[in-house]
Amino acid sequence: MTETAQAAPRATAQPVPTPGRGPALIGLAAATIATADTWAVTATVFEAAAGGWRWVLGGAALAGAAAVLLVYRPALDAWRSSGRCAASADPVERRALAARARESAWTASGLAFAVLCALALLVFVLANDAAVQRTFLQSELIATSALDIVRAFGTNLFIAVVAQALVLVWGLVLALARLAPGRVGRPIRALAIVYIDVIRAVPAIIVIYLIGFGLPIAEVPILSGLSQTWYAILALTIVYGAYVAEVFRSGIESVHPSQVSASRSLGFSHLATMRHVVVPQATKRVIPPLLNDFISLQKDTALVNVIGTIDAFNQAKIFSSNHFNLSSVTVVAALFILITIPQARLVDRLIARDKARGA
Amino acid sequence: MAFLEISGLRKSYGDHEVLRGIDLAVERHQVICLIGASGSGKSTLLRCINALETIDAGQIGLDGEVVSGAGVDVNLLRRDVGMVFQSYNLFPHMNVIDNVTLAPIRLGGLSREQATAKATALLERVGLADKAKAFPDRLSGGQQQRVAIVRTLAMEPRVLLLDEITAALDPELVAEVLGIVRQLAAEGMTMLLATHEMGFAREVADTVCFLHQGSLLEMGPPEQIFTEPAEERTRMFLKSIIAAGRL
Repeated sequence: MTETAQAAPRATAQPVPTPGRGPALIGLAAATIATADTWAVTATVFEAAAGGWRWVLGGAALAGAAAVLLVYRPALDAWRSSGRCAASADPVERRALAARARESAWTASGLAFAVLCALALLVFVLANDAAVQRTFLQSELIATSALDIVRAFGTNLFIAVVAQALVLVWGLVLALARLAPGRVGRPIRALAIVYIDVIRAVPAIIVIYLIGFGLPIAEVPILSGLSQTWYAILALTIVYGAYVAEVFRSGIESVHPSQVSASRSLGFSHLATMRHVVVPQATKRVIPPLLNDFISLQKDTALVNVIGTIDAFNQAKIFSSNHFNLSSVTVVAALFILITIPQARLVDRLIARDKARGA
Repeated sequence: MAFLEISGLRKSYGDHEVLRGIDLAVERHQVICLIGASGSGKSTLLRCINALETIDAGQIGLDGEVVSGAGVDVNLLRRDVGMVFQSYNLFPHMNVIDNVTLAPIRLGGLSREQATAKATALLERVGLADKAKAFPDRLSGGQQQRVAIVRTLAMEPRVLLLDEITAALDPELVAEVLGIVRQLAAEGMTMLLATHEMGFAREVADTVCFLHQGSLLEMGPPEQIFTEPAEERTRMFLKSIIAAGRL
């Protein structure tokens, strides 16, 4: 390097920040707004919340209001860092402190924004003299209906678990049919494609309706004598078999053709190759998307109310029409949330595990 | 009639003719090396012999029997004709011993004990008895390829097709795999191998065949092919191989 090159400042030289309180002030302002709003809403909650909710909601609001003070932590850190930045003479340290002040200020602002969003929801619930709360969250009706609804939810779980087991088998059969090889397999392939296309095109609720009301009228031997619950299981198996078939197919097709070559070259037939080599590898890969379909299946068990099966939703509807209030339906929603979220997290974990293994 | 006899073999993918009439006779206990550039048809020829590809014209005979064409039970044929692939193709969801015993148990009619005993003996021969319980992703490329060879040998094939079995290996792992092939050659296994390892081909082959654009351009004993090839194309190919430091 020449002397002149060293002397001239480069265009890309790292800047030394001029210390300023700007970001820190924004962070502090955001924290203050969030806190003030929280306390205001807390006061409203105490006044507005009716009946049994008064102390539950009020207590929660109070705890929330206390927790909101935590927004001040990053805000104050931003303030302190910018102060130290101004006092420092070392350009490298100043740069680091300025960066820290900025990051802390943004953290505080982000937290404050999240708090304000949560408050907006709370204000909505309390709007119109807590009408929303009384419509959806009436504590008396929740208390009276909960036990019956939980019992009826057992029907949803039964339908879901049996249908899932049947769907696994039916979906795999359809996937293998869709992948039947050669000229001989063509009619079977065509049949599978038509089934999958048609069934995926028809809304699940219509399939349930047609089977639940149609089969008893049609008086088909054996099939017409089933109970409502089994009609629901049959309908959901028919519908979700089509979706799961596509999941299995994608898994089977993702197994490298060289695996098939290796198995066939040992003397295994097409079906034996599927059984011993391809399907075991495919199944492992499709577990996450399979669980996703299972979660939708569980939720679609609520559709069976259209054919009169007494599931949780139907039970809740009976309560809500007797009491002119939707709080019993909220209970059903809560039950679905309760069983679905752990499964959604499990799917995420499985996907993360597969990624880690692939890396 | 030769043990493995290929005559007038043609194979096209769409408009592209990959094999343009191959005639090749392999006697019992012979080792034939197929050399030639990528895309010359070496792998396709091996895959046709194993019936992994259908052939468009010509005939393949094995031990006096016609084994190509409609109605042939390819699953039976493949038990006589073993194949080892460039990318090993071990079954990743099974450990080594299950990889090796799957076919003998399901197709060979062996009990699990018999198959395991046989597999263990074979694994010992290739120095991998201690890896019996390991899964393929825990093995080096050379170890995986040795297992793949053992898996094929466990079905006691009468002909072994080796499709560039060292092409995917790191250079330091090539020797352990070629050592096994050398041993098999010494024991009299009939083998057809596509390879880029010219030095090895020269050493083990009884006959070297040079393929060029789907035709068998020249064949003869290795000394002749490698030192005084008759065809200009063969000379050019060997020249490029020497330039790449592979001979």
